[in-house]
Amino acid sequence: MSAIEIIGLEKTYSVGFWRKRPKCALKPLHLTVEEGEIFGFLGPNGAGKTTTLKMLMGLVFPTGGSARILGLDINDPQVKAQIGFLPEQPYFYDYLTAHELLDYYGRLSGVPGKDLLPRIEKVLDRVGLRDVRGVQLRKFSKGMLQRAGIAQAILHEPKIVFFDEPMSGLDPMGRREVRDLMEQLKQEGKTVFFSTHILSDAEALCDRVAVIHLGELRAVGAVAELTSSVQGQIEIVWQGTAVPASIKALGAECHVTGDTVRAVLSEERQDLAVDVLRRERLHMISLVPVRTTLEQYFVEKLKRSEQTAGSLA
Amino acid sequence: MNQRITCIASNTFREAVRDRVLYNLIAFALLLSGAAILVGQISIDIEKLVVINLGLTAVSLFGMIIAIFIGIGLVSKEIEKRTLYTVLSRPVRRWEFIIGKFFGLAGTLVVNAFFMAIGVFGALLYVAHKFQAPDAWVLVALYFIILQFLIICSLALLFSSFSSPLLSAVFAFSLVVIGTFSEDLRNFAAMANGPTKWLETAVAYIVPNFSALNIISSVAHAQPVPTQLIVYNTIYALFYASMALCGAVLIFQRRNLK
Repeated sequence: MSAIEIIGLEKTYSVGFWRKRPKCALKPLHLTVEEGEIFGFLGPNGAGKTTTLKMLMGLVFPTGGSARILGLDINDPQVKAQIGFLPEQPYFYDYLTAHELLDYYGRLSGVPGKDLLPRIEKVLDRVGLRDVRGVQLRKFSKGMLQRAGIAQAILHEPKIVFFDEPMSGLDPMGRREVRDLMEQLKQEGKTVFFSTHILSDAEALCDRVAVIHLGELRAVGAVAELTSSVQGQIEIVWQGTAVPASIKALGAECHVTGDTVRAVLSEERQDLAVDVLRRERLHMISLVPVRTTLEQYFVEKLKRSEQTAGSLA
Repeated sequence: MNQRITCIASNTFREAVRDRVLYNLIAFALLLSGAAILVGQISIDIEKLVVINLGLTAVSLFGMIIAIFIGIGLVSKEIEKRTLYTVLSRPVRRWEFIIGKFFGLAGTLVVNAFFMAIGVFGALLYVAHKFQAPDAWVLVALYFIILQFLIICSLALLFSSFSSPLLSAVFAFSLVVIGTFSEDLRNFAAMANGPTKWLETAVAYIVPNFSALNIISSVAHAQPVPTQLIVYNTIYALFYASMALCGAVLIFQRRNLK
């Protein structure tokens, strides 16, 4: 059974005051997420990521299609007991303390009274808010609020956790902590579905990603699959600052950084370049094929989809 | 009541308390104690009448203002601040959210009215030195004021479920003002003819009948309240509030939270 199964889910809003006209926020979307995966939902701002998440959460009603979570229709009340959700840039009842907030959400989620207190303590500990559990949320920094948001999303031990832009506005340490937490959730067997436009996070974390742009799904696959297209080039790195003229003659693009040199050249000239380094007695550190990064793949996809949209218009 | 409704209601109550809504009690206490001291010095034989009139009017006015100002933001503020997203992504049904909010605000107003009632009876005791049997009708007037609060809460929630706080405030205030003069509307309708009569009758029955719920003047004059009126007003207020809440639920059930 798939964790999430989206079958032709679509959303069109009516915009305008007097003369209503349709505005498509999401074209029919077909997507499947397997249990235990970390799935990245990538796209620029306004691509349709949040609309999709809101439809899965029952906050926005789809104009077409359907979706199933753990085999149940998204409108089935049982579904919501099994999912956790962190909205983008969350804002919580700021008159509550972190402990009161979790107590409130725990009761709403139906966590039994006797389990609630130990769970709150455990989750506060896990997100590093134990020492400030009695402080009102209005005194929290943005990073602390994000942690409180994560805490409320995982408090009731859901099987699937949805995060909308979880790294947004966090400093590098905060981002690292969120990444670690997502990996822990995966190790616990939970499915993590998160939307982001920070590609390095997706590349580091995700088993699979989907790219969405202008409300339309552009690609789905494992990160390695999407970025495996070798560009017919290799990258050689060696120690030193010297760039032999014979390497340049092979058409290599060389960059000196500190006490290492990085050269990118055609794959066909790989053996010739290695011979030159041996002859010059330079210590080679690495030789790897140049692969497309997720960012390059993403930018390329967006360019292509914009060109397609432009030509259709 | 189910646990989720209780939980939302208690959180709404807690929000009102922490946002210092009950601080209005201080202004009320100052107003009433000042008035009691003043009327004790300038009135002859009508001290009780003035204190009951002033006290109950203040209870009603303070409560209505709180009901409107908190009620109009109960749903729209949660959408605007996106706190609703984390609530409705749990096993909470939309109607439970509306009902929970209603009970939370109604609870706040009842607690507020309770403390104000203590103030009114304290001021009465100060000017009259003892309680008399007709003073018990003040409790009925307070009960009717609470019934008015229930209607206003439900109307504020209804408007909050589809419009902005500013528009909701305008709608709610308008209805309160028109409802206060609903008896006059019925009298106009009785005198009018043709379509005007139908229109006025329709408006008179649609707007809340706050005239029937306002017995401040009669209890100030120590007139008894018929049991029939108590039963009629209770049924009317509960029915009206239920209808307004049903409307709020129906609108909110279909609303996209963009």
